[in-house]
Amino acid sequence: MTDATLDSTRPTEHSADDRPRPVPDRPEWSNIHAPDTHVIAIDAGRQRSWLPDRLRRNPSFVAGTVLLLVIIAAAVFAPVLYPGDPLSMVARPLLWPGQDLAYPLGTDSLGRDVAAGLMHGARISLLIGFVATTIGVTVGTVVGAVAGYRGGRIDDFLVRVIELFQTIPSFILLVVLVAIAQPSIATVTWAIGLVTWPTIARLVRAEFRVLREKEFVMAARSLGFSDTRIVVREILPNALPAIIVTTSVMVATAILMEAALSFLGLGDPNVVSWGSMIGSGRELIRTAWYLTALPGLVIVLTVLSLNLIGDGLTDVLNPRLSRER
Amino acid sequence: MTLLSVTNLKTTYRVGTAPLYAVDGVSLDIAPGETVGLVGESGCGKSTLGKTILRLVEPSAGRIAFDGVDLTALPERRLRAYRRRLQMVFQDPFASLNPRHTIGDILLAPLDVHRVGSRADRRQRVSAILSQVGLPEDTVARYPHEFSGGQRQRIGIARALVLGPDLIICDEPVSALDLSVQAQILNLLANIKRDLKLSLLFISHDLSVVRYLSDRVLVMYLGRIVETGSHQQIWKNPLHPYTRALIDAIPDPARRRYAAPLPGDLPDPRNATKGCRFQPRCPLATELCTQQSPELRSARSGQRVACHHAEITAGPT
Amino acid sequence: MAPLLDVRDLTIGFPSATPVRNLSFSLAPAETLAIVGESGSGKSLTALALMRLLPSTARIASGRVRLDDDDLLALPEVEMRRRRGRDIAMIFQEPMTSLNPVLTIGRQIAEVLQVHRGLSKAQARREAAELLDLVRIPNPERCLDDHPHRLSGGMRQRVMIAIAAACRPKILIADEPTTALDVTIQAQVLELLDRLRRELSLSLLLITHDLGLVGQWADRVVVTYAGRKVEEAPPDVLFEHPLHPYTQGLLAASPRLHENLHYRSARLSEIPGNIASAATQAGCPFAPRCPVRLTQCRTNVPYERDAAIGRRVACHVDISESSRGLHHDAAVSY
Repeated sequence: MTDATLDSTRPTEHSADDRPRPVPDRPEWSNIHAPDTHVIAIDAGRQRSWLPDRLRRNPSFVAGTVLLLVIIAAAVFAPVLYPGDPLSMVARPLLWPGQDLAYPLGTDSLGRDVAAGLMHGARISLLIGFVATTIGVTVGTVVGAVAGYRGGRIDDFLVRVIELFQTIPSFILLVVLVAIAQPSIATVTWAIGLVTWPTIARLVRAEFRVLREKEFVMAARSLGFSDTRIVVREILPNALPAIIVTTSVMVATAILMEAALSFLGLGDPNVVSWGSMIGSGRELIRTAWYLTALPGLVIVLTVLSLNLIGDGLTDVLNPRLSRER
Repeated sequence: MTLLSVTNLKTTYRVGTAPLYAVDGVSLDIAPGETVGLVGESGCGKSTLGKTILRLVEPSAGRIAFDGVDLTALPERRLRAYRRRLQMVFQDPFASLNPRHTIGDILLAPLDVHRVGSRADRRQRVSAILSQVGLPEDTVARYPHEFSGGQRQRIGIARALVLGPDLIICDEPVSALDLSVQAQILNLLANIKRDLKLSLLFISHDLSVVRYLSDRVLVMYLGRIVETGSHQQIWKNPLHPYTRALIDAIPDPARRRYAAPLPGDLPDPRNATKGCRFQPRCPLATELCTQQSPELRSARSGQRVACHHAEITAGPT
Repeated sequence: MAPLLDVRDLTIGFPSATPVRNLSFSLAPAETLAIVGESGSGKSLTALALMRLLPSTARIASGRVRLDDDDLLALPEVEMRRRRGRDIAMIFQEPMTSLNPVLTIGRQIAEVLQVHRGLSKAQARREAAELLDLVRIPNPERCLDDHPHRLSGGMRQRVMIAIAAACRPKILIADEPTTALDVTIQAQVLELLDRLRRELSLSLLLITHDLGLVGQWADRVVVTYAGRKVEEAPPDVLFEHPLHPYTQGLLAASPRLHENLHYRSARLSEIPGNIASAATQAGCPFAPRCPVRLTQCRTNVPYERDAAIGRRVACHVDISESSRGLHHDAAVSY
């Protein structure tokens, strides 16, 4: 009955997309809810405000970014402030923070400067965190996109591969990989990338399976677009928000994994890392607790900053998801 | 002469283990410059039929001859050349445009893909199409969410026209629109068809819209064509009891508090019964209808109807 | 007869818009009143306002909803909760999402009966079966133990109607009850609603965008545009001689009412533009699209006035003049 039809009351996505959907108070027959999204679709054509503006107004995103920028600055200025090797002995061992102002955060049992270690450690943590995530996201996106877009046997096969990776506890796999390959920054990075890609692959596959059925993808196919073009130009931009949000959390996971490896002594022995600092301070935890607490605090702050950014991005990029939580 | 000739087309979906015959042996012809209307209720397979003709959904059997070439036999790569000549306008003006592309991108992309003319030619083509569908020049720089439903459907039509097709399949193009906008889009389609001498396959659940915009009408019920005829014949002298019920179901102010024309629900297409598929709801059903599925046959009026008892009402128009 | 429900000057506001403005109408016992309008006309919000189920960002800026002797808008929430279902019930557009998918049909109906009428479990089940029979569901006993996904859209809408009718309300609000259904099922559902209206002598408030449906089933029609009433009349008069240019335009644009028009020889009559233009309009909301507008239409809101017995219209243009301007059969010949 289109014909004497004054309106399209089909609930269309646009209404839910860019404004919070007010939920009416529930009537007391609790099994009924009003599917009335269309009633607020009055200004559907309203323009969305610019993305950077919305990010700037999001407190989580701003706080996380500020915190992360401080840590990045520490990493960048480490060679300037502490030009020497952070692993070399510079002072009397076990100086407490504040005891000697030349070493504001004290020294460890071998007389190494803790402040220098933390700043140089930031370089390693961030480097491994970002590079490993890039590897993981790239592999995961390619695998997920192929599986989700192609479907059928290829999908079945790739899903098996993803599941294979996910059934093995990822940290054990990581330990095994690093143990086989000799610990170095490069191998640790590759190993972390290799154990994290299935997360992204699953997500991208799910997104692609939904988006593949959308009418605009149908339209692209009917116009004779190639598969590559459909995947890259039509589907991927719509899956990007979800990928970006997950990426920020994956960086945090990668940093934690690197710290854990180093803590176990499986990190690169030639560089200082937050994890190895905790590891070596562990035996003195009763007498010099600051040797474990300070690197621990830095790890917490870094992971917190990335999670705050992730939350902010979720709010801004996936408004529906965050509302349904 | 026919532009499109579909023979015994079948489309099967797999739902769990049971096959679902969404399109079950449909044949139809479309002549150049002709508008064929396809009418039926949701779940009757009319949308699937449209998508199968474009091979957006793969057929399980049958032949789709377009301009003499069997499209079902072409590999995807060679099919792409034919995609230029066969286009589609989709039902949902909100879902059919990629929200992350500007209108300019959406309309230029098909021209880029098919390497039509120079860069300047393509731009010119886009602005010509935009004015043809009644949208202002500055549309190209804007995003889909800035437009109303009717405007988006104009953009959808522009996208279908940009490659200069011979046949456009319109899948419920006005059912998501307000009445006051619906007439605008119907008139636009009529004008474009006249100016470009296109053929249209116009799919809708609304018989009165189909009647206005079609030369010939096909009525579909559960995957099969049950009646075909000219727009006047179908409207004024329906032969199949289902067609008659569809007409009677259209709310009409002249029939105050009139009883529902047809009892029962649209049955689940998975439970395909022997015999006529309409038989459980049919007022004329007899023993014969439960046993034997009626084939399409010609009536005296020139209509074709798939009903054992259509003679009862068949007569010259 | 004194009206059962009387709505005066209802205005509903969101922080960014005012989708319903100064809407007044009344509903007599056992009457069917239809509110017609396209998307953005505020008709569904009006229904929710009567139930006091508006979204939390919406605010009733002014108005009064009198049912019997009470102003529903002034009742405390606890009291209103008792009125919902008992005095005034509602069914929604989407029968697919209005029922809880994990509970059986029987539980969902029984819940209402237990809460509102204090029936025991066994009584409620018996009564639920009767209700399903009332809405003509075949095999009501078996249906009670089915989950919603086993039912078709039409059957689900019948279940929704059964739930709404469970407490014998005085008023049933049906918000686009058939929009999501197929044509042949639509007719069945409307016939059912009309039968309930007669048998339970309840008043039906039919909210719809479908003019044809209104003509067939309503006793009185209120046409709304951008949150304002533009015209009110019994359907036969409205279709015969629409007064407001918007109503005239709608009737002229409907292919259903012009069965001799064919695209090869004629075009449908159009209303130019779309409803979004009403948002920035100071005077009459329809003025930007109106073929007969006067200068004052751009600045002054036309107030409702009586046009004939039982007819009201909100238009600055003199009625006889407006009907000359755009006759409702004026399909552009081509």
